[in-house]
Amino acid sequence: MEFVKKDILDMESLSVEEIQAILDTAETLKEISTRSIKKVPTLRGKSIVHFFYEASTRTKTSFEIAAKRLSADTVSISASTSSIVKGETLADTAKNLEAMNPDVIVIRHHAAGAPHMLARLVKASVINAGDGMHAHPTQALLDMMTVREKRGRLEGLRVAIIGDIAHSRVARSNIVGFIKMGAKVVLAGPPTMIPMGIEALGAHVRHHIQEAIHDADVIMVLRIQKERQQAFVFPSEREYAQCYGLTVERLAEAKEDVLIMHPGPINRGVEIASEVADGPCSVILEQVANGVAIRMALFYLLLGGRR
Amino acid sequence: MKTSRYLIKGGRVIDPATGIDGFMDILIEDGTIVKIEKSKAQSPKPNDTDQNLQPEVIDASEKIVTPGLIDMHVHLREPGHEYKEIIKTGCLAAAHGGFTTICCMPNTDPVNDNQSVTDYILKKAKLAGTARVYPVGAISRGLRGKSLAEYGELKAAGVVAVSDDGNPVMNAQLMRRALEYAKGFGLLVIAHCEDRNLTANGVMNEGVTATRLGLAGIPNAAETVMVARDIALCELTGAPLHIAHVSAEGSVRLIRKAKAHGLPVTAETAPHYFSLTEEAVINYDTNAKVSPPLRTAKDRDAIRKALADGTIDVIASDHAPHSSIEKDLEFDQAANGMIGLETSLPLSLQLVEMGLMSLNDLVAKMSTNPARILNLGHRGLKPGNPADLTIIDPEKKFTVDPNTFKSRSRNTPFNGWELKGKAVLTMVGGKIVFDETRE
Repeated sequence: MEFVKKDILDMESLSVEEIQAILDTAETLKEISTRSIKKVPTLRGKSIVHFFYEASTRTKTSFEIAAKRLSADTVSISASTSSIVKGETLADTAKNLEAMNPDVIVIRHHAAGAPHMLARLVKASVINAGDGMHAHPTQALLDMMTVREKRGRLEGLRVAIIGDIAHSRVARSNIVGFIKMGAKVVLAGPPTMIPMGIEALGAHVRHHIQEAIHDADVIMVLRIQKERQQAFVFPSEREYAQCYGLTVERLAEAKEDVLIMHPGPINRGVEIASEVADGPCSVILEQVANGVAIRMALFYLLLGGRR
Repeated sequence: MKTSRYLIKGGRVIDPATGIDGFMDILIEDGTIVKIEKSKAQSPKPNDTDQNLQPEVIDASEKIVTPGLIDMHVHLREPGHEYKEIIKTGCLAAAHGGFTTICCMPNTDPVNDNQSVTDYILKKAKLAGTARVYPVGAISRGLRGKSLAEYGELKAAGVVAVSDDGNPVMNAQLMRRALEYAKGFGLLVIAHCEDRNLTANGVMNEGVTATRLGLAGIPNAAETVMVARDIALCELTGAPLHIAHVSAEGSVRLIRKAKAHGLPVTAETAPHYFSLTEEAVINYDTNAKVSPPLRTAKDRDAIRKALADGTIDVIASDHAPHSSIEKDLEFDQAANGMIGLETSLPLSLQLVEMGLMSLNDLVAKMSTNPARILNLGHRGLKPGNPADLTIIDPEKKFTVDPNTFKSRSRNTPFNGWELKGKAVLTMVGGKIVFDETRE
């Protein structure tokens, strides 16, 4: 198929065929990262701007490496070193970047919808690397790639997502993405962390973690942010670990070959026990490896590699 | 004002205050209504040979003539934010929207919590001359919710009500005292009902759409708990309470019950709450960001029903001008509010078109009721009263185009809407301030 999208903004705007094309392409390109010379000339002469309004290590590095393995030129801007600190608005920054004619702008932003705004203002392709609590499509795609690799399919699988769904863009994108590909998604966490109306996206909600994980093929554990205690979302990390943490004991009730995933960075001993994170079911580091492949695939497809 | 005589001929005259609803001619002399009588088929024979004394005839056939419309909830932004609106442009927008009278909220810079700001607003409004402006003073000094503003001085300067609109009064004791103290001066307290602990960092209605968009939500309860509190304080103090911009179904239920109980509670809503739902926010349209937020279809329907059954007394626009500096931003960062003076009447006329209320009811909600609630004297179409009136063409179709607005701002989510019915002539004290009857 021909891949003709301008932007990758969220999972809602990707079709099943487009998702399949991205996953297939990523699988092909993954091999490049295993070579001794990890570089192909495919995107020579293309410019990619990485614009990170929010702190990020994993995602930013992953995008950078992906671009460089395809020989694109990359520029990296972070909020603290840019004109944002001088009070420049996103709209003005967008117009200025546009004037320099980049091919792709990768943006991470604390405000939901910021990548959509940017996409309306620039001719360059925009990739959303995470916007507020809204979406993190490249994370969902790399998660789907990891599951497909291990299970050979997505359709019919049961995916449990545990933790702070309300504040998680990773959860939102995975809910939409996995359901689109025919999987069943079950959510669990304290009611303060389950956003109103999430069932409308097709997910099922359980309040006991056991109910969500006992028949799951995949357990995705979300990071718990200590700051949420100030908004009365949960009383303490201690209590969270006791009631909702993925411990060895709880995991014993799950399927033997269940996949354990986490978007990182992990809080050992809070949402996930060290033994589980480092255990045989964990594919957490494979997620990271696949992140590079997914981002290479997106650059390749957006910049016309298929055409 | 030049001395003039007008004869408004052949229109359907509606005034709930006097019970008039029929085809009448209205004679106006020197800014005052002189005579209202059954419309005659032919033009009156000139019985005076002096042509100068013949009134200028305004043909109102197939149009509706109402007492001048009143918008009791407007932000004029002057002093302090003149790049968004000035009193002159706000008054002109009012005239073009069919409003002869507007009340302006005190969240200017400086805040209207003292006589000199009130004086300034009234002076500028007089110079503008296209609408009567009644300022609303602050409930608390600087809208900070810490101490009472000086209502005695404000009342003497000309305010008709007090409100901390935009900054809900979180301290229940201060609200209680404000109601009691204002009662002594016959000042109405207008409450912006939202609990700021519950709104927290929310930017739109809490629910499916906020969850999909990843935007922090504001629950209905943020409004209803405050409505419940203020109704309890109204009962405690016996002071009249007016609840601004009601948006939630739960609030409607509480207000209905309070009224049945005989409490002096009145309420208003804005056209966006009966015309739009939270889905207007999809695509992160900051023009649909407003406080309180747009709610669900269920809430919108409850608001419509409350207007129809009289639970909500008033339609007011909450005209809130913002420039692209406040609106061309990420949704989280954008300011709350939309302009409304030039779309309020056409959107409200849709309620009549939908069969939800009669024209009589609509005129009551946009003129008679606000006049009564604010205690504005000498209103309504009867001989001896100032000639404040609005002529509406209920059939005139048009497309909303913010570029034609007289307001200085363009922040409306109704851009491009096809609407039917609008004001075609506005008269304030016998002076025509807006006229497109011949277009």
